[in-house]
Order: sequence, then structure tokens, then C-alpha cells
Amino acid sequence: MNKIIKYVIIDILRNKIMLAYTVFLLLISVSIFNLEDNSAKGLLSLLNIILIIIPLVSILFSAIYIYNSAEFLELLVSQPLTRKRIWLSVFAGLAISLMISFLIGAGLPILIYEPTAIGVMMTISGVFLSVIFAAIALLAAVNTRDKAKGIGIAILLWLYFSLLFDGLVLFVLFQFADYPLEKIMIGFTALNPIDLSRILILLKMDLSAMMGYTGAVFKSVFGTNIGTIISLLVLSLWMFIPAWLSLRKFNRKDL
Amino acid sequence: MIIANNLTKKFGKLIALNNVSLACNKGECIALIGPNGSGKTTLIKSILGMVVCDSGFITFNGKNIVHDWKYRSNIGYMPQIGRYPENMTIGQLLAMMKDIRKKPSQELDETLIEQFELHKLMHKRMCTLSGGTRQKVSAALAFLFSPEVLILDEPTAGLDPVATEILKEKIVAEKKKGKLILITSHVLSELDDLVTEVIYMQDGILKFHKSFEDLQAITGQVKLSKAIATVMLSIQLEQKIING
Repeated sequence: MNKIIKYVIIDILRNKIMLAYTVFLLLISVSIFNLEDNSAKGLLSLLNIILIIIPLVSILFSAIYIYNSAEFLELLVSQPLTRKRIWLSVFAGLAISLMISFLIGAGLPILIYEPTAIGVMMTISGVFLSVIFAAIALLAAVNTRDKAKGIGIAILLWLYFSLLFDGLVLFVLFQFADYPLEKIMIGFTALNPIDLSRILILLKMDLSAMMGYTGAVFKSVFGTNIGTIISLLVLSLWMFIPAWLSLRKFNRKDL
Repeated sequence: MIIANNLTKKFGKLIALNNVSLACNKGECIALIGPNGSGKTTLIKSILGMVVCDSGFITFNGKNIVHDWKYRSNIGYMPQIGRYPENMTIGQLLAMMKDIRKKPSQELDETLIEQFELHKLMHKRMCTLSGGTRQKVSAALAFLFSPEVLILDEPTAGLDPVATEILKEKIVAEKKKGKLILITSHVLSELDDLVTEVIYMQDGILKFHKSFEDLQAITGQVKLSKAIATVMLSIQLEQKIING
């Protein structure tokens, strides 16, 4: 297994995009922490940037990488290797390099400037988001043969998770404003890994008071240790289910 | 050695393989012949496990290839169009393949690398190579691990005459060692002195599988190209009679 992961990582490092991504994250996080006198405020500004940039870069880079390594996959499939091993190695290679970039670019500054529970939660969420969106990209790429279409789907999925989903939730909330939807909202957040990470981090920041009654309900669920553990489990599911579905598809794919 | 049973593969509406069965044994050199789009490459790719058939199964040395992936270490495959990671140099590609196949270096067969003079090009990236050089790399890779089975898809397409001659000599040498060689080519004159068996495919259907001697006897032609042309004409005639 590790051999192919090694070649995938070498290949990813060879094109300098990962390096640029790391430097970019590092610049943003360090400059934000230096601009704000209060590092908690800096964390809040960083939160929004991270929740948008990390999924975008992860999903786009992974989707494009899968399409560009079509030859590599073809070559490997004709060798004495199982398809499962090939696919999981490519996934692991992508996930590891995205994770390392995030940890160096954003995780490290966060933990240096804000070594609290909030900072730790933010780092964990960033790592999860990197891997989750790599898995979603794999699923999108394995299901579409056409490169432009596949990358388009990846962009649409990112738009859906970071913008459209919130719009839909708001729409539902306003339509059913007369009903008590607080508990259902908790179920809704599990459907979007970005929202789930955002709530996990915000609740650690004690900003829930500003979110009114819904915030209180969220606090009572996500604020507890069990709630946090369940949310992390849901995030893990978001990682494994797309990866597993894409593996199933890849096993039957003609190359 | 390789047995295929009732293979059927559809790409959408197109039937690439229609109930194809065949058996290949050690020591044979089989020419896979047919018009463009007759399913030759699909057949080869399904033997390699790169295409998953809709129905039917393939066994390699008695084991179904769906469950046993290790059989591919006995196959050297030279694709029709060699597609390799563009960023890698030839040297890196060879090193990676050696790393993946894990053969001890004394068992490696590097004659083609030497004869094609690939040593001088080791530092070149795959994306800068010409079509012919790519074919040379493909050929060198297929023979590198001295596999028991060689599957060559249009091996001489794009090669210059010198390289073609080197490759042909190599194929003859491997054939003498008793290896199974499966070869597709459009240039039938090249196959004359190699082939022992002929498989003819058309529209995904395996029309016939005969030994070259039988084919020569039936058609009364000595050259493979003439023999095949005779057979193709008779098949067309047959179809015309059937269709009225």
C-alpha cells in the first residue's frame, strides 16, 4: 500500500500547487492573527476563510488530480495490484498531502496564537474538511468520464455545500416559522459537513448566546462531550461513505 | 493457460464482445486479427482485468481472474497507445515499475532497454517523448519482467524499421522459450514467421480460431495476409447470401 501512496505524494509535490496552497494559508492565518489585537477575533475571521477555502481547494485539486492521473491509474490496473489498493492509495495520498498542507499552513499558526479548545477544534475540523472533500471529489470523478463535466460537478457540489444548503435551510425555516424546528435543525446540520464544523467551532467560542433560542438548543446538544463525539462521528461518516461508494464504482469501472 | 468463457461486454448500445470463448496455451503465438472496432482491444483489456465484462468469466492457470489479481505478475502488456504519467521521466517510470513488481534484479530482462538505447533518454519526461519512443518504452516495460505471457497490442505501430526488427527478434526469442504470445497487428506481413494460431474477430464475434497450418491448408495460401483476405471475402460472401 505505502509504495503507491509514496508515488502519489511525490507526484503531488512535484507540481507546486500544494506548496503554493500551504504558503497561501500560512500568509492568511499569520497576517490575520497579527492584524487583530485579540486573537479570538482573529480566529473568527479565519473561521470563515477556512470554511470556504479548504473545501474548495480540496474538492477541486482532488478532482483534477484524479482526471490527470488517468494514465497512472490505467498503468497500475494492468499490474499485479488490486483495484482497492490502487484507489485507496490514491485517496490516502491526496488526503495526506491536503492534510499536511492545512496543518502547516493554518493548523500551526492557530495552535501557536490560540492554543485553546477553540483552536484545537478548528484544526480538527480543518483536517476533517480536507479529507471529506477529497473523498467527495473522488466520488464525483469516478462517476463521470468527461473531465470538464466531472470538475463542473465538483464545483457545483462545493457551491451546494457552502452556499446553497444554507439558503435551503433558511427557506425551510421561514416557511415553517410557526413550528418548533430547533430539534429538526440539528438533524439538518448533520447533512452538511461545513455547517457541522462551523457549529462545532462557534459553540466552542461561546457565541451561541448571540444565536437566540436555536443557539441554546444547539448548545445543549453540541456543547456536551457526547454531542461533540457524535458530531465527529458524523464527520467521519462523511469521509468514509463517499470514499467507499467511489471505491465500489472504481472496482467495476472500465479503463 | 488463459481460458475465456462466453465473454459479453456492452458499451452502451455497442456490443464490443459477443459471447466470445477462447483457450490459449503455453508456447503458442496467437495473432488476433480483425477490422477496426471488432473488439480485439476490449478482449485484451478484459484478459488484463482493465475492462470488467458484463457476463462470462476468464481463468488464468485455472483460477478465475476476478478473485485472483496476482496473475497479472505473469503478464507483460504492451498497450496500443502507451499512456504514462506525464510528469515522470523514463528512469523514474522504470524504477517505479520495478518497485511495484518486486522482481529480483538478476531476473530482469533489460535487453530491449539496451537495444533501443533508452539509457541515453532516462532523464527525459514522458510528455516530451515522441510516439515511437513511447512505444519503445512500452515494449521495454512489457518484456522487462520476463513474464510467461506477453500481450502485445499493435506492437510495431509507430516504430522505425530498425526498432521493428529488434522487437520482432525479441518476440521470436521469447517464443522459443515457450511463452504464450498474444499479438494484434494490422501489418499482417510482419506476423508471417511468428504466428502459430490465428483468431479472427468481427463485430465482437469470434469468427474462427485455427492453427496457421490449418488456415494455410484450407485457403491454399502460404502468406497470412492472403489467407486472411481469402477468409474475409468468403465471410462477406456468406453474409451476402444470408441477407439475400
